[in-house]
Amino acid sequence: MEYEVVIGLEVHTELKTASKIFCGCSTSFGAEQNTNVCPVCLGLPGVLPVLNAKVLEFAVRTGLALNCRILPFSKFDRKNYYYPDLPKNFQTSQYDLPIAVDGHLDVEVAGETKRIGITRVHMEEDAGKLVHAGTIAKADYTLVDYNRTGVPLLEIVSEPDIRSAEEAKAYLEKLKAILQYIDVSDCKMEEGSLRCDANISLRPKGETKLGTKAEIKNLNSFKAVQKGLEYEALRQAEVLDEGGRIVQETRSWDDARGQTVSLRSKEQAHDYRYFPEPDLVPMVVDSTWVEDIRRSLPELPDARQARLMKEYGLSGYDAGVITASRAMADFFDATVAAGADAKAAANWIMGELSRHLNAAGREIEECPVAPGQLAALIDLQAKGTVSGKIAKTVFEEMWASGKDAAVIVKEQGLVQISDEGEVVAIVEKVIAANPQSVADFKAGKERALGFLVGQIMKETKGRANPELVNKLLRERI
Amino acid sequence: MELYKQTAHELHAKLAAKEVSAAEITAAVFDRIDTVEGKVRAYITQTRDLAMAQAKAADEKIARGEAIAPLAGIPGALKDNMCVKGVKTTCASQILANFVPPYDSTVAEKLAAADAVVVGKANLDEFAMGSSCENSSFFPTRNPWDTAAVPGGSSGGSAAAVAAAEAVWALGSDTGGSIRQPAAYCGVVGLKPTYGRVSRYGLVAYASSLDQIGPITRDVTDCALVLAAIAGHDGRDSTSIDAPVPDYSKALVPDARGLKIGLPKEYFVAGMDPAVEKAVYAAIDQLKAMGAEYKEVSMPHTEYALATYYLIATAEASSNLARFDGVGFGHRGEGNDIVAMYKRSRTEGFGEEVRRRIMLGTYALSSGYYDAYYLKALKVRTLIKQDFDRAFGEVDVLVAPIAPTTAFKVGEKVDDPLAMYLQDVCTVPINLAGLPAISLPCGFAGGLPIGLQIIGRPLGEETILRAAYAFEQANDYHRRQAPLGEV
Repeated sequence: MEYEVVIGLEVHTELKTASKIFCGCSTSFGAEQNTNVCPVCLGLPGVLPVLNAKVLEFAVRTGLALNCRILPFSKFDRKNYYYPDLPKNFQTSQYDLPIAVDGHLDVEVAGETKRIGITRVHMEEDAGKLVHAGTIAKADYTLVDYNRTGVPLLEIVSEPDIRSAEEAKAYLEKLKAILQYIDVSDCKMEEGSLRCDANISLRPKGETKLGTKAEIKNLNSFKAVQKGLEYEALRQAEVLDEGGRIVQETRSWDDARGQTVSLRSKEQAHDYRYFPEPDLVPMVVDSTWVEDIRRSLPELPDARQARLMKEYGLSGYDAGVITASRAMADFFDATVAAGADAKAAANWIMGELSRHLNAAGREIEECPVAPGQLAALIDLQAKGTVSGKIAKTVFEEMWASGKDAAVIVKEQGLVQISDEGEVVAIVEKVIAANPQSVADFKAGKERALGFLVGQIMKETKGRANPELVNKLLRERI
Repeated sequence: MELYKQTAHELHAKLAAKEVSAAEITAAVFDRIDTVEGKVRAYITQTRDLAMAQAKAADEKIARGEAIAPLAGIPGALKDNMCVKGVKTTCASQILANFVPPYDSTVAEKLAAADAVVVGKANLDEFAMGSSCENSSFFPTRNPWDTAAVPGGSSGGSAAAVAAAEAVWALGSDTGGSIRQPAAYCGVVGLKPTYGRVSRYGLVAYASSLDQIGPITRDVTDCALVLAAIAGHDGRDSTSIDAPVPDYSKALVPDARGLKIGLPKEYFVAGMDPAVEKAVYAAIDQLKAMGAEYKEVSMPHTEYALATYYLIATAEASSNLARFDGVGFGHRGEGNDIVAMYKRSRTEGFGEEVRRRIMLGTYALSSGYYDAYYLKALKVRTLIKQDFDRAFGEVDVLVAPIAPTTAFKVGEKVDDPLAMYLQDVCTVPINLAGLPAISLPCGFAGGLPIGLQIIGRPLGEETILRAAYAFEQANDYHRRQAPLGEV
């Protein structure tokens, strides 16, 4: 049978506030175990939480960027369950009155724009980290690191509007871009600052009722999200095709084995006994403050993409790639502001620059070539000072040494030879030295011309103006 | 009179006049403890070294001619559910039998800043759950007026220490009457402030939306002094009220002219000791004679208060006490896996009443029962608050009994939790409404003190202190001494 896949995502993102959600401890990642702790985040008897105002601000900012309604009256609740990474054995979270509801974001898949609904955005505290001595099942003991306990989290829940693993990935990428644009999270999946759980079910094409869902956990990378959901959709289809029924359960993605495995059934699910957190007062969110935050929002990915297309005539694809990360879009804007031609800048950034970044495993923020330097290089090329090929050589050197393009060109004598007299002499010399190739060209072998060009470039160490070389060769053969 | 029998304001005058030193007062209190503690058993921990060091520091300040706070150099006790850095804080529970907090509660910090002297940590019903101090997992405290009787609870150790002159002042905590009822049973003054008036930071939570710390003292004047020392906004407690702390001493005037007092008739429940009822009515007559206006008011939802209280308090407690799991602190039981460890730790660590309340609260919050129990209780709580709002539209204070009887005998109610819960019938509505209320002696029956409750509007501490002071000054109940040790 043909099935429709129905997916909803629950994303947790760590907010990049300096201090934790309910105490003054640092949120820095990678500190020595149990050093970013105090009586409050350790949940010692007698302590009380106090909300970090920055967390509320970041949550409102996120809600607005995701086109949500900000609830004027919001509160925290306790989610009760026992786990050793949770010192109080309850998580302070939000239940029935989250800070933001009813939003959406648009994703582009296979050239089509699709709107994915956002059910809610809520604030909560992160748990600590368990370090098992060996595997969880066989460990003799387990250590707890409470550094992460109380790091602020936002949970962003989508509507079940996603129809494929590819859409899920696009949603996640867009969400990550927005969160980075508004500067609330680093969104580093490998450090756990962006985590994703997925609910997935199947239903026969045309059916409107939802099928029984499975919740997939442990999707620790964009690739895992896509692969995990593809696998689970196939698994469920097989079960249904064989006349079986989907069991409502929580499953875990095993990246190494490439499959999902059952963690616990619905019957084993927790009763979280949510109730209003009595140690925190409800939040009354002032609408003037919300509007101030709305006004302070930066240009978001969709608007920026549209601007790049309109202002610079970039293609939708190019503008989309550049605006997928705020840092890359900022780099682009800075390069253009420094005088570079926009299309050339886009080509450089998406081409050479990205290739170098990927090879070095670096983020664009760590790029050794500054936007102004790139603009200067593009300018040298536009003015004909260097050829396109030489420009790549110069870029290589700029990447390695951090020097300006003009300096490298001067030091290494890489200025393009565009003086006709100078080039003519070399062209004639090469023609004289290669009668066979000349004859081949005259006999109709276009490739022979390429050989002759190559010989001229060799003579000039690549500096001869290629257009001029071509023109002069054709004139003289 | 012996130093240990005097009030804080009397001792302060003598300290300021350099007639006596803080070290002498503190030593006298410890001598008294040595003499009577064997009969009373008010203390879980005595902090002699700390107290003597604090007394010495206060004396040095006085010697340097510096101005001293009213409680400087005056010895008192903290209920053992308030954290004092480096001092064992047990909540009278096996699960915290060896817990030493690495931080100070806000009240401990404020008292230290006022140069007060802390002589020890007072006994209580385990995690403040109880009305007799018999739920302490260590030992029961006895009533100094009759050592066969309970001191009340849960702040039984604090009230008994003050009544037995083993402390000049004490702090208790009141979730459903836990300051007022033991104060009444022990013939001393106890005040539960408005919810949020005193920071709860460092008070080991029983029921967060009801808990409040307050003073237990020998007279109303001392009550005002201790309240002033501990009240005020605290950035570490989100529920603390950001309002200036008045000079409560200025409210203490010995008349009741123009004061409108109301009597909620629903507080005179069936089974009330006629002597208690008589004493409360006599007190009202006295206040009237001093110029107060009087009227009866109706609080129709009073009868639901006890059930409401036992749902909300236990629900919050079930969550607050979840952290005692043997992982990070407190008693750890042996187990082959984490769940077994949780179970052993909690079964071994908690007493019967605490386990009962955790189970009640867990049930009330469970899926499928939440609406019928917890949510309904929240709605009734609102109705109870509205009863008070209406009444305070007509009167300035409400006057009522504290408990239906005087102190009962040790062991009398231990096997009947419901009878024990009924002890709180006159006190829990005040916690549900977050109001201030004071308890002070208004008579004796069979040699045991009777408590009078005066309830005020939110932040109406000055008004109830004034009414209490007027009544106190017209009588001599506060000067009577428990016979203990004198026999």
